Amino acid sequence: MSAQSHGFSLKEWIFTTDHKRIGILYLIGSVAAFAVAGIMALLIRVEQSSLGPTVFGSIEDAGNHYNTFLYFHGAAMILGFLIPGLTGFAANYFLPLMIGAKDVAFPRINALSVWLFWAGIVMALLTFLVPDGPDVMWTGYPPYSIKTGANTAFYVFTVHLMGFASILGAVNFLVTVIYMRAPGMGWNQLNMFVWSTVTAFIIQLVFVPVLAAAVTMLLFDKYLGTNFFNPDLGGDVLLYQNLFWFYSHPAVYVILLPALGILFEIVSTMSKNPIFNYKAAVYGGMWGIVLISGEVWVHHLYVSGMPNWIRIGQMVSTLLISVPVGLLTISLFGTLFRGAITYNVSMTYAVSCLFLFLIGGLTGIPLAMTALDLHLSETAFVHAHFHYIMGIFAAFSVFAAVYHWFPKMTGKIANERTGKIGFWFNFIGVNVTFIPLFKIGVEGMPRRYFDYQMFPQFETYHMIAMVGALLIAVGIAITILNWIMSAAKGERAPENPWNSASLEWTHCPSPPGPGNFPKDVVVTADWTPYDYGRKK
Amino acid sequence: MKARILAVVGGLLPGMPVLAEAAEAGAIQDPAAGWDHLWNEVLIDLTVMGGVFAALAVWWLIKYKATSPTQIGRGPKLSRAQTWSWALVPAFVFMADDFFLAAKGWTLWNIYRTVPENAMEVKVTGMMWNWQFEYENGVTTQFYPLEEGEAKGDGLVVPVGRPVVLRMTSLDVVHSFGLTDYRVKEDLMPGRITYIWFYPKEVKESVVTCTEYCGMKHSYMYAPVKAVSATDFDSWMNKKKQGGA
Repeated sequence: MSAQSHGFSLKEWIFTTDHKRIGILYLIGSVAAFAVAGIMALLIRVEQSSLGPTVFGSIEDAGNHYNTFLYFHGAAMILGFLIPGLTGFAANYFLPLMIGAKDVAFPRINALSVWLFWAGIVMALLTFLVPDGPDVMWTGYPPYSIKTGANTAFYVFTVHLMGFASILGAVNFLVTVIYMRAPGMGWNQLNMFVWSTVTAFIIQLVFVPVLAAAVTMLLFDKYLGTNFFNPDLGGDVLLYQNLFWFYSHPAVYVILLPALGILFEIVSTMSKNPIFNYKAAVYGGMWGIVLISGEVWVHHLYVSGMPNWIRIGQMVSTLLISVPVGLLTISLFGTLFRGAITYNVSMTYAVSCLFLFLIGGLTGIPLAMTALDLHLSETAFVHAHFHYIMGIFAAFSVFAAVYHWFPKMTGKIANERTGKIGFWFNFIGVNVTFIPLFKIGVEGMPRRYFDYQMFPQFETYHMIAMVGALLIAVGIAITILNWIMSAAKGERAPENPWNSASLEWTHCPSPPGPGNFPKDVVVTADWTPYDYGRKK
Repeated sequence: MKARILAVVGGLLPGMPVLAEAAEAGAIQDPAAGWDHLWNEVLIDLTVMGGVFAALAVWWLIKYKATSPTQIGRGPKLSRAQTWSWALVPAFVFMADDFFLAAKGWTLWNIYRTVPENAMEVKVTGMMWNWQFEYENGVTTQFYPLEEGEAKGDGLVVPVGRPVVLRMTSLDVVHSFGLTDYRVKEDLMPGRITYIWFYPKEVKESVVTCTEYCGMKHSYMYAPVKAVSATDFDSWMNKKKQGGA
């Protein structure tokens, strides 16, 4: 019986323990965070588009508004959109279906987790209502975050709530994958997305507590008079930065891995090809990233006055990340080789991601090199680099996921034509926005500046970047409207519109009802989710 | 003699301008020149790597477009040996490139962190939102970007031809001394002293900007850095010592 046949009941959605509904709740929450944080990004671009304070009034007002918006943009995009969009929405909805499970291991903990996330979204949005909302950037470095008159506590509590949600999700999904795979399903038969979620959640489980500890110490320092980060009384400013990045660098892999996992699913399905060198991608690529992710955080502190030996040591470990990432890249690109490629909206996004990944990944290499970073650090070059790899690449993979599994979630096909129009606005927009930032970054444009009167020559580039941002805004509006319209009155989708070989398409209806699978799933030893050759 | 040999060798070998320039300047290796050189090398490395992958992707995306909706891919099934080769060979190629870049980066890093012996020392203090520079003889300059709508103060004035080492700390929050023209940057923070050095070789006016977020007027925390001739520097310093503006 389909879940939709009951008609809408708010109570059922609030008290739901169904992983699919929880996934949808994550999707709605994270798209809302994305939309508000996107509007902030637009305001940031407009403010920077000309010299001097542009839209926010006097220098004081402009400084304060700009900093609050920048804080919200960063915190909400990372903690409210990227991590929950990938590990909340995508993992919740698709992971149990891919392993042939009826639900997750702890459905009620799962419900707690999504509502903690929603509480975090509310806490973040309060930034705009409380007087003196946080202006500490998503990094919250002391002593500024302690000395500022703004409400750093809202930042701390947002991190706490999102962190708890994430830790609960991590435990839940790891147990689910270990114990609830369909009978017969071995480790080498898992979907790439399942592996990417497993590895991402291992990183979350190990590192989130460190971030929680760091921001809690910040809270104590600011409001309870402790001195963890106060050098006058024996504390150390750098302690916070070390703790923060000890989590927050691995966090980028929490975003990167599931995003890559989604791309593997889509590229394989739309090329009708198995994953090229699956084992190298999983055991070398994904597990390699898990292994190295905890030894590279100092590359965020290259200019912070750390000892030379650790700056050099972590330059080497950071560069070595290119080995697992390279293996994943070869597998992803190799999956296209001798394929039978068809292009729908989700494949178009996935293909664009291949190029975004190259640009974003390769521009990380000079940043990994300590000496080169002494010039590039904290410039628009860094800003453009991490937007390509973490922002746009990951956001596009979320969009690709929504389009790819839209028929699964709604039983309907998302409008292809509108979807592609939205895609081109987005794709052209992001490049128009961020390519100029690479250029002025190398020439010295600092990050987090609303005014740049010492560098008047950069004004044109900022203006171009604003035009790009406007294009993205149009593209995003088209995309979100397309989802809403198609969900409401889209064309009825066939059961397996992309002819996928993965369990969520071959063994359960769209949308799946409670319990997911009409018949218990059992897989044979030679089954794989990418077995296109045998089907015909 | 050694310097001349280096200059000759450096001049002869294409792609070694760093060496040549270092030799010219009497064995002081300029971090900024080294930066530009390494940056260009890394850009070539990245373009080649990215180009290979991008070209392959474009080629395959066009070539392997499905001709019928029921067509399936003919991707290769790897043998055990192929699986291992496709993992180990690329891993070693990437690793080799990593170590090559790391070695280059380390060499340049050593130049960045080794302060020449004759360097002029200036103490830099950062505060919300301006810079203070204190010379060895006690002369102090400041720069106020927003004083009554007009910038005020000298900023950092240095003589051409002598390396400058900055010993830096902060009075309040974390700031960062970002000097684009000389390719250097390092944070200033309370409770620690950090350093960087740079080598002004020609008369030039540059700007230092704060590159670590420090609150409302972060965007206005800058100061001019003027490299002037040695004689101009001496007369400026004499004026300063007498308390002139």
